[in-house]
Amino acid sequence: MEFKYSEENQKKLDEIVSHYPHKKAGTMAALWLAQEQNGWISGEVMEEISAQLEVTLEEILGVITFYTMYNKNPMGKFHLQVCTNVSCMLRGGYQIYDHVKNKLGIGNMQVTDDKLFSLEEVECMGSCGTAPMIAVNEDYYENINIEDVEKILESLKNKN
Amino acid sequence: MEKIVLPDIENLHLIDIYIANGGFEAAKKAFAKTPDDIIDEVKKSGLRGRGGAAFSAGLKWSFMPKSNDKPKYLCINGDESEPGSFKDRQIFEYNPHQLIEGILIAAYAIQAKITYIYIRGEYHKWIKLLQKALDDAYAKGYVGEKMKETFGTDFACDIYIHKGAGAYICGEESALMNSIEGKRGYPRVKPPFPAQNGLWGNPTTINNIETITNVPPIINKGWEWFSKIGEPKHPGTLLFGVSGHVNKPGVYELPSGTLLTDIIYNYAGGVIGDKQILCVIPGGSSMPPLRGDQLEGVKMDAESLRAAGSAIGTGGIIVMDEDTDLVQVLARISHFYHHESCGQCTPCREGTGWLEKILRRLERGEGSVSDLDLLISVASNIEGNTICALGEAAAWPVRFMVTRFRDYFEARVGKEVTLSVKNKVHSMRHTAIPLAPVTK
Repeated sequence: MEFKYSEENQKKLDEIVSHYPHKKAGTMAALWLAQEQNGWISGEVMEEISAQLEVTLEEILGVITFYTMYNKNPMGKFHLQVCTNVSCMLRGGYQIYDHVKNKLGIGNMQVTDDKLFSLEEVECMGSCGTAPMIAVNEDYYENINIEDVEKILESLKNKN
Repeated sequence: MEKIVLPDIENLHLIDIYIANGGFEAAKKAFAKTPDDIIDEVKKSGLRGRGGAAFSAGLKWSFMPKSNDKPKYLCINGDESEPGSFKDRQIFEYNPHQLIEGILIAAYAIQAKITYIYIRGEYHKWIKLLQKALDDAYAKGYVGEKMKETFGTDFACDIYIHKGAGAYICGEESALMNSIEGKRGYPRVKPPFPAQNGLWGNPTTINNIETITNVPPIINKGWEWFSKIGEPKHPGTLLFGVSGHVNKPGVYELPSGTLLTDIIYNYAGGVIGDKQILCVIPGGSSMPPLRGDQLEGVKMDAESLRAAGSAIGTGGIIVMDEDTDLVQVLARISHFYHHESCGQCTPCREGTGWLEKILRRLERGEGSVSDLDLLISVASNIEGNTICALGEAAAWPVRFMVTRFRDYFEARVGKEVTLSVKNKVHSMRHTAIPLAPVTK
């Protein structure tokens, strides 16, 4: 399926590209906007960006595989990210991660069958002082325990 | 104690409150002076970079060429991805306008007409907060073309946020520039240095968020005032992020040279359950760890920490109590550097993988005493043999942790285990997920 930016996103993209002397510098922002709209970076997204910013598909592929936050496959509606790096680990990050994993029955970078949740074990999110943490899409939940995780998952299910 | 970067003023993040508290006065003052005067003032203040290297900010600015035949750029590094470091987000949230004002002054000093603030992609919330602050500053005429009128100067600077997308290495200044250019975040070989050959081959300066936020007060109150705060060789306050096994983790702004034990026991409320401290990493996860019995009298500034056998890094203090499994901690840290190695340099790409692999073996209880020497040997072969400092960042925790806590590691490999040769030499870099096909 062909990918086109929504009118609003196209405006945003044009504005961002104008911040740089070369179009190519807009690549990361173009990928972000596409991911917000499309959920992930499909081949069609890459083709659209390639055409607009005059960068090769190979260069775009290089960028999306280098940066972990660009989804190379569709993720769940709620993408859960649990940090297990050292500061979170010292305060129970793995317990949180394992709990979510067992509860949802999915592993790292997997999606539940209903496409509602996906899980990612992430590197440091800058929540060291408020560890442990879980991020749901763009939102951080910090200073959490297993009960909080239960509540968060429950409220997300209800939101759906 | 006076706080410079995160003062206790309610709602300071709102532009009106910031202005009511003397905001943008420093910029006004600065534009009345010459750029060289500003560089000189900051040089004399002794302000040193807060991103890890603790290099003189004024000196860095002075490396920028004086001629204007090429465009000049300022980049502000808010990639903040070092485990244990979480200070810049406080500035985005609580004092964004002082950062913006600092940028205006720094951009004027080096005559940069465009500034990019690079912020890690995970910080969606803080990017929005800073963008709001920027929009307000633009609307009031403090940034962009309108600032000429507002400040009565012929200098104008635009400030844009560049959003990262999850790569620790982009905190390295040359990788950061490649990332802004829309490329993979590969560090560049130096020389040439950014001041000669930076963004798109033009003169560029890269400063840390916290460093730049210190600039307006220096211009307002003068270099002498700043140079007298804390340790003379590393003056000012530092944002210390305390995490791990303490009662009150968080960011504490304190004069440089504050005792490490004072930060842990007084400010961060001591160790949970009054346990003993086994290990402290004083500057973010890449800095050499200290033993619990090495902490007495250690002051938190660049020189004192170097003398104590570590480094200030980003001031992220990770405290581990007596029950911590250091093998697990080191394996986790090594996993991180393996994951984040950009893959350009063989010693780092392969070495970080081996470090993790060996440590995981120790963690499972399958290690042998010779593995400890092997770890140090691998770490030593990474150090100094890579384009950027990620090599050292990966090697230091291993080398120093295994050396300083040798007894703990030996206890873990109590009996010799003969291993079949499981490891084959191959690239350990993983891009995990298969890619979607590109349809034509």
